Amino acid sequence: MKIYNEIIIAGLGGQGVLLAGTILAQSALEQNLKTTWFPSYGAEMRGGTANSTVIISDEEIGSPIAFAPSGLIALNTLSLNKFLPRMSENSVIIANSSMINADEFKSDKRIKFIPISEIADKEIGNIKAANMVAVGALIKLTNVPDLENVTKAVKTAFSKKPALIDLNIKAVNAGYNYK
Amino acid sequence: MAKKLVKGNIALCEGALAAGLDAYFGYPITPQNEVPAYMSNKMVSLGKAFVQAESELAAANMVLGACATGKRAMTSSSSPGISLKQEALSYMAGMEIPGVIVNVQRGGPGLGNIAGSQADYFQAVKGGGHGDYHLIVFAPNCAQEMYEITYESFDIAEKYRNPVMLLCDGIVGQMMEPVDFNKEQKTSFAKKEWCLDGCKGREPRSIKSLLMADGVLEQHNLDLQKKYELIRKNEARAELYQVEDAEIIIVSYGISSRISKNAIKAARANGIKAGMIRPVTLWPFPTEAIKKYAKPAVKFLSVELCLGQMVEDVRLAVNGVSSVDFLGRAGGGIVSDKDVLNKIMELKK
Amino acid sequence: MNKILSKPESLKDNPLSYCPGCGHGIIHRLIAEAVDELGIREKTIAVAPVGCAVFAYDYFNFDTTEAPHGRPPAVATGIKRTNPDKIVFTYQGDGDLAAIGTAETIHCANRGENITVIFVNNANYGMTGGQMAPTTLIGQVTETTPFGRDPLREGYPVKVSELLANLEGTKYIERVTVFDAPHVIQAKKAIKKAFQNQVEGNGYSFIEVISHCPVDWGKTPLEAVKWVEEVFLKTFPLGVIKDTTK
Repeated sequence: MKIYNEIIIAGLGGQGVLLAGTILAQSALEQNLKTTWFPSYGAEMRGGTANSTVIISDEEIGSPIAFAPSGLIALNTLSLNKFLPRMSENSVIIANSSMINADEFKSDKRIKFIPISEIADKEIGNIKAANMVAVGALIKLTNVPDLENVTKAVKTAFSKKPALIDLNIKAVNAGYNYK
Repeated sequence: MAKKLVKGNIALCEGALAAGLDAYFGYPITPQNEVPAYMSNKMVSLGKAFVQAESELAAANMVLGACATGKRAMTSSSSPGISLKQEALSYMAGMEIPGVIVNVQRGGPGLGNIAGSQADYFQAVKGGGHGDYHLIVFAPNCAQEMYEITYESFDIAEKYRNPVMLLCDGIVGQMMEPVDFNKEQKTSFAKKEWCLDGCKGREPRSIKSLLMADGVLEQHNLDLQKKYELIRKNEARAELYQVEDAEIIIVSYGISSRISKNAIKAARANGIKAGMIRPVTLWPFPTEAIKKYAKPAVKFLSVELCLGQMVEDVRLAVNGVSSVDFLGRAGGGIVSDKDVLNKIMELKK
Repeated sequence: MNKILSKPESLKDNPLSYCPGCGHGIIHRLIAEAVDELGIREKTIAVAPVGCAVFAYDYFNFDTTEAPHGRPPAVATGIKRTNPDKIVFTYQGDGDLAAIGTAETIHCANRGENITVIFVNNANYGMTGGQMAPTTLIGQVTETTPFGRDPLREGYPVKVSELLANLEGTKYIERVTVFDAPHVIQAKKAIKKAFQNQVEGNGYSFIEVISHCPVDWGKTPLEAVKWVEEVFLKTFPLGVIKDTTK
């Protein structure tokens, strides 16, 4: 097994963390990898944080639940606090500095802070695209799935709303190219 | 056709649609709400029957009515709702009416919670409703099986004129996986010589479970048992995973079988010969498959998301030849692959 | 000699097992006549209740099924929705329809299912030996109201026809009785119209038949008939309660 990534995407309800997860899973599928996606659901989604777990592997996947996540996207402080304890030494962690005070976490060298919401709002012109900015930023670090297949996945996922394809691809690229 | 990324609950719907579903009757309850929502769109668009019923009781009895006429109907719910459906299930078993009932299990007892669970095993396989009857119970463990087993379950229900239950869980229902929608749309069906379709050109038929005359109900029960024996013989299914040389065999179904598989891989990587027998049918239980591997040197471990239900059937199958241990968590708690691995290590000692 | 009356084709030859003087036999015959006259026997599917009329399938000469107690409206919904070309009716007593099956009754009516409901109201649970029904009259003595139904303790008789008339889904509701010949003739008309409505696709029709139950009422058949006329009908007045099909 060369590839085995367990990624959690967490944020406030409405920040599109479920969709970001399905885009990652769809990208893995486009890349002929095995994948599972598992959401938080029901009452959990109201008020608190929402999250989805994506597992990507080149072999059959057992559990769809991440017991040892290798990646985290945290779009708000609550989510970062909730999932940080589950992350390991080598985990890739992306945090949305537009909504999280980076100073509070500066001792944790694993966390990469990116002003995700700001990029979506100012560069892309739609704050709802923050989730796609985050996906772009993540795959830059994990390399799996690759940008080409994420682009394909966006096209598949938005096939019924073609007007949104370009905007979301632009958002993925903005996250991917953020330095 | 390319695989499509869908939730287990949606794969289930597609399986039913491809099987030629004529009617869906449901009632909202988490974690199966995708099913009535998806069906309300699909069935109405296809010009078929969809009713959001006033209760789980009513939904199950609508299935009873539709299936009594030879049509293909299903209902889905989650644990508390499945308790309400037991009335109709007992009647359907007694009246020998086929039909498909889906339980996307959540935590119990009572209202419990909405997390995935496997605490309804007893209810599904040991009766649930009143009387001496069995449901045929399948336990899909991935979205592909949610599709394929649902597709097949209508044929099996009709073959034996017996209700089929799909015992799923919140995790398999809610998770998305790529699914190969590889089944052909069913359009033609065998003529049913028992159903109610109007008595044109034949004697009227009557489907009932009230059998008051002397000895008739007993004979009916004996006939049912003959049918159950046939189902035991024909339909018990299990997936075997690395059992040939295994010293520790996990028995696990649905979502816990997937978690267990991770642990088995890790155990093997550590030089421990672990394997798994995964019941695909919970009734009939794959007793023979388990019996075959029961040896004094082999240890069995039942892993379930409850505090020990299927383990009783594992013990019966093993019949004292091997030791049988249990690992489980209740009320929405999830056994982790690490928990399973630790238990395997402990058994290895 | 001319034959002036014969058994309807929609009735089997089996002798009825109902108690002497019971109203069910008359109501069965009226349904059978209506089905025959409309020429729908070969496409009729009946849903029998739990209660005295559970044996309806032994008497009706068309397809029949049983339903759990109170669930005939749900079973009928399942049948009709998947077989819109068939004629589907439920035959239910007061316990089945107005107690344990209240939710099914109301929602089936509210959905405006295109079915026919024959509701036999005899103010008690006959099958189980004469207990209080939802329709038992104030003061009426039954197995479980030995001091007479007291509204403070047991509430009031449920007037299902009036209740259902408030629902937009219902199209035709009439209360009839079968204690004497003129009323039987009127009941027949109503029952036939309720089936005719279904044939024409008019929607939900509901016929409440006030029926007599001499054995469980502890009355002779004659006393029972008199009680219907003088007491029962005071609480449950006859007539068309709703008809939007005109």
